[in-house]
Amino acid sequence: MNRKVIIIGSGPAGLTAALYTARANLNPLVFEGSQPGGQLTITTDVENYPGFPEGIMGPELMDKFRDQATRFGAECHFKHVTKVNFSEPPYKVWVADECYTAETIIIATGASAKMLGLESESELMGYGVSACATCDGYFFKDKKVIVVGGGDSAMEEAIYLTKFASEVLIVHRRDEFRASKIMVKRALNNLKIKVAWNTVLADILGTQKKGVHSVMLKDTQNDKTREEACDGVFMAIGHIPNTDLFVEALDADQAGYIFTKNGSTATNLDGVFACGDVQDNVYRQAVTAAGSGCMAAIDAEKYLENLHG
Amino acid sequence: MSDNVKEITSVNFETEVLKSDTPVLVDFWAEWCGPCRAIGPVVDEIANDYNGKVSVGKLNVDNENQLAMQYGVRSIPALLVFNNGAVVNQIVGAVPKNRITDILNTVISS
Repeated sequence: MNRKVIIIGSGPAGLTAALYTARANLNPLVFEGSQPGGQLTITTDVENYPGFPEGIMGPELMDKFRDQATRFGAECHFKHVTKVNFSEPPYKVWVADECYTAETIIIATGASAKMLGLESESELMGYGVSACATCDGYFFKDKKVIVVGGGDSAMEEAIYLTKFASEVLIVHRRDEFRASKIMVKRALNNLKIKVAWNTVLADILGTQKKGVHSVMLKDTQNDKTREEACDGVFMAIGHIPNTDLFVEALDADQAGYIFTKNGSTATNLDGVFACGDVQDNVYRQAVTAAGSGCMAAIDAEKYLENLHG
Repeated sequence: MSDNVKEITSVNFETEVLKSDTPVLVDFWAEWCGPCRAIGPVVDEIANDYNGKVSVGKLNVDNENQLAMQYGVRSIPALLVFNNGAVVNQIVGAVPKNRITDILNTVISS
């Protein structure tokens, strides 16, 4: 069956696009990907989503987004798109060997935590290395952990981890944080948090069986390396857009963020739209993602109207 | 939760997991873990699909911290596959269903 709309991604952008296209009777099919609900599902309290004055838990908010979209007929599948072909309409999307086609595609695949690229980092991911303090902090009760990064998410992770860990060492390559002042103040005032300035993580030592036992830290001022004992390493060095599937077909900037036309969600291909963090490296908020998801739905609806007259 | 999914605790761990006649998939999870909620329905589906071939259990790490520590779980969801009393494979994080079934199929046919 050739669909009117396929939406790839299920964070605030994808599910808002699903809500709007469902209400426009376009019967959207949503591929939720490997992290249904997106990045908010690995946070705790969301305090800045309007309409929830007391705050709301990230996973709960995303359940509400999904419920609202499915109420109007959006079909959400916990499936991960593995290949696309946008060379001509109808556009093709594969989930392993199953092929789906649609007249329009809305890309809302968001962004993922960036990794340093160390071999030990990927080997020990889930075995002491983590990109999600709220998921894994619990396993580091009374242990010493390292947080790598200097932005708001690094501060947030470090502060959150003090609920469990005995000591949190923030490793940052510069001599000041780029995080907002309020977050830096909260972090530096916390007695459990220490900072290694001008320092980079050179290696992580441990095994999958026994976990992490230490890290190698390099001082960028004098290039000296030292070993620091710790039980866990949390990466918070920023995000990369999830655009591997689309780089051939779509214009993107050097970091991989998809280009959209000013004031719209249109990409360089007619009928392919992009919304949320996958095309936004500036605002990156749930509410801006939701807003652009709504734009993508309206853009897709208009495109289909013009197509069918 | 599917009827085919057992709640695993330190009390029944030995009989249900270590001494099971079939391979066992144990989902280490917690209420507060978003990705665990995402993968929960998939684990339920697998329990129904593999009924009789693989037993499926859920282990709440908040209640069974000792077992989580014993098996070196440092990130959830963690899906550990046991066969003849030992861990033969494990998956960390919410992954698509076919990643899990591929592993189960290999374990069953071995």
